[in-house]
Amino acid sequence: MCDGPVSSHGLTFQTYDTEGMYDELIDERGRPRPGAEILVNRISSLGPGELLRYQAAAERLLFRMGITFNVYGDQQGTEKIFPFDIVPRIVGAREWQEIDRGLRQRIRALNMFIGDVYGEQRILRDGVVPRDLVLGAASYRRVCEGLQPPRGIWCHITGTDLIRDRDGRVYVLEDNLRCPSGVSYVLENREVMKRSFPQIFGETGVRPVFDYPSHLLATLAHLAPEPVTHPTIVVLTPGIYNAAYFEHSFLALQMGVELVEGRDLVVHDGFVCMKTTTGLQRVDVIYRRIDDDFLDPATFRPDSLLGVPGIIEAYRQGRVALANAPGTGIADDKVIYAYVEQMIKYYLDEEAILPNVPTYVCADPQQRQYVLEHLDELVVKAANESGGYGMLIGPHATAEERERFAGLITAQPRNYIAQPTITLSRVPTIVGDHFEGRHVDLRPYILYGEHIWVLPGGLTRVALRKGSLVVNSSQGGGSKDTWVIAENG
Amino acid sequence: MLSRVADSVLWMSRYVERAENLARFADVTFNLMLDQSNGHREQWMPLVNATGDNRYFAERYRTATREHVIRFLSFDDDYPNSILSCLRAARENARTIRESIASEMWEQLNNFYHRVMDASRSRECLLAPQEFFQEVKLASQLFNGITDSTMLHGEGWQFARLGRMLERADKTSRILDVKYFLLLPRVDDVGTTTDDLQWSAVLRSVSGFQMYRRKHGRIAPDKIVGFLVLDRAFPRAIMHCVDSANESLHAISGSPEDTFWNPAEKRLGQLRSELAYLQVQEIIDQGLHEFLDGLQRKINRVGEALYETFCAGQPQAARRAQFAQ
Repeated sequence: MCDGPVSSHGLTFQTYDTEGMYDELIDERGRPRPGAEILVNRISSLGPGELLRYQAAAERLLFRMGITFNVYGDQQGTEKIFPFDIVPRIVGAREWQEIDRGLRQRIRALNMFIGDVYGEQRILRDGVVPRDLVLGAASYRRVCEGLQPPRGIWCHITGTDLIRDRDGRVYVLEDNLRCPSGVSYVLENREVMKRSFPQIFGETGVRPVFDYPSHLLATLAHLAPEPVTHPTIVVLTPGIYNAAYFEHSFLALQMGVELVEGRDLVVHDGFVCMKTTTGLQRVDVIYRRIDDDFLDPATFRPDSLLGVPGIIEAYRQGRVALANAPGTGIADDKVIYAYVEQMIKYYLDEEAILPNVPTYVCADPQQRQYVLEHLDELVVKAANESGGYGMLIGPHATAEERERFAGLITAQPRNYIAQPTITLSRVPTIVGDHFEGRHVDLRPYILYGEHIWVLPGGLTRVALRKGSLVVNSSQGGGSKDTWVIAENG
Repeated sequence: MLSRVADSVLWMSRYVERAENLARFADVTFNLMLDQSNGHREQWMPLVNATGDNRYFAERYRTATREHVIRFLSFDDDYPNSILSCLRAARENARTIRESIASEMWEQLNNFYHRVMDASRSRECLLAPQEFFQEVKLASQLFNGITDSTMLHGEGWQFARLGRMLERADKTSRILDVKYFLLLPRVDDVGTTTDDLQWSAVLRSVSGFQMYRRKHGRIAPDKIVGFLVLDRAFPRAIMHCVDSANESLHAISGSPEDTFWNPAEKRLGQLRSELAYLQVQEIIDQGLHEFLDGLQRKINRVGEALYETFCAGQPQAARRAQFAQ
């Protein structure tokens, strides 16, 4: 028998190597970071195999709760769980305060920017953001010019992706202002974690996330057309074959509102109504999880079967509210992103609290030249792709791939940006029978209603493949719970 | 409630009931074969006839052997009314309305479907299927029990009950029809042990043997027909199902009993009053099979009217003005 304080199994931090990276739980001297002590000690005190059993139990629970996504092309209805790792990411109270302030500042500026470009276009006139970059963007919606969204809010629900570089600095990687997904995983991951580590939660002072649906409901209710006191709110989904269907259904259930598809809605006498067993019923606020392009075949893509003909006209007349407003995509265009710090200065006269990752805009000849000469050290991204597609990670790419991207950039410079390769921070992750560091990012969620509210936590996505910097679920990513420590915790 | 959700709840519940009834009449035939195996060759064809899908069966399987019929009724992926296909359809319907039903209902249905999938891959099931049929019946009853004890008894639940009761009325009529097809080739069996055996099998397939005995005692064909068609208290009797469906329908629309505000209430009400004033002898006089045939058509028309009333999307007010005279 082996005894003594040192556990004999591999799931211990004593042999864990941060390999010179920034680790979110363990500092460079191998000690737990502030806020992580209780968790690290608890894991170290577990018997052999116990953490693996917790992990297996968590996976079974996620499956039983039906937190699954559909495997495309499988007609038998095969469902899989989104990979989950039981070791959480921990964010200290003081650091979170900065992030929280930074996100509020950013969302205020972005919202003003969207209202401005579809309104007076002051920022374009003043030459702070180049006019042709905005008006020429694929995500710029001419039909939104002159729109007056309720209460002047465009981006009600935002998911902003944050990363941390090797030196410990936190950057904003991108803003998602269209239909950011993933928040249901945040809530469900937390449920699972509370069952696995009940004692630690109290001792560590982890801030709760359960009230997200209440805040979301309040945010949506705030948008209702003026005379309505008890607004009818719905969640609009593309349907069960959408990869995020679970989340749509989950949020509708949590808020106690109807989940509708496009075919359940109709515009009748200028108002949006849902078809119910007792006839047509007016809808006041729509949390739509359908992209702009598919929202209204009468305005955008005429071939869309998912949307509701006439809904944009009803919106324009102020007879229904949409969250997010159409047209918000202009603010998460990867080229426009490069100007967010300038927007913050322009609209708020403040310095950005959370910095952008330095970004080279290929539309600019000088910057393009620099990018083409340094392809082996940069990450190149297409302006209008997401999910980790259309991307070149210079240092990991072959000469051929770099050649191909050089061609693409030269042909369509407007469509590309480049950034230095950031070595994302890591979190210990179970790999077989031991811990290895895996790279992570963090997506907090920001709601903009009567007030701006930031969910204390967010979705920590983890690149499960060794060495990979791509955290997207479509590319081998999983998730972890995110613990934000309370001020006095 | 959303029309699409109402439609899905109704069909989820119909498909589960359909699967249960398929198991019921396959089970009873199987038992019958065992009881009368000496002298008689196994008669599986009546079961196929009762589904009304003889042509599909003939093209796909040719001969009505035990294995073919069990495979056809239980596991045929391409036949939309096999137990497996019904459960797949029930589960798909449930999947689109998970936010409207209790999660325990979804879990049970999901589990039920996976059990049948597993069974479809084992050969044992084809050789000795009784246990499988029993399991299907129990799983369906469990689903109904969970539905009744976890779901809000509001509009959604009423739609579920409506679907279940219409389906059950139709299937009880088809089970009675099996007896008609069984009898047809052997008129000289009437009144013999074989006849008794067959009638008791019909009762057993709807779990009604004991209840019938308590109420009527001796096996008498007219009493049995009366019991399965016109009894108000026996939960699988057609009259009882139609009554319950009618209750649910009025609970949904809010109209007083014996009035109608929409085509569904009109048709179901007509069917109900027709049954309410019917006597067994009248059924037998017009011919049991013909009567059952007509009944099934009327039940179908109620189903169509339900869709038209609640799901086709015309404003309720307009409909009500049209009907409420």
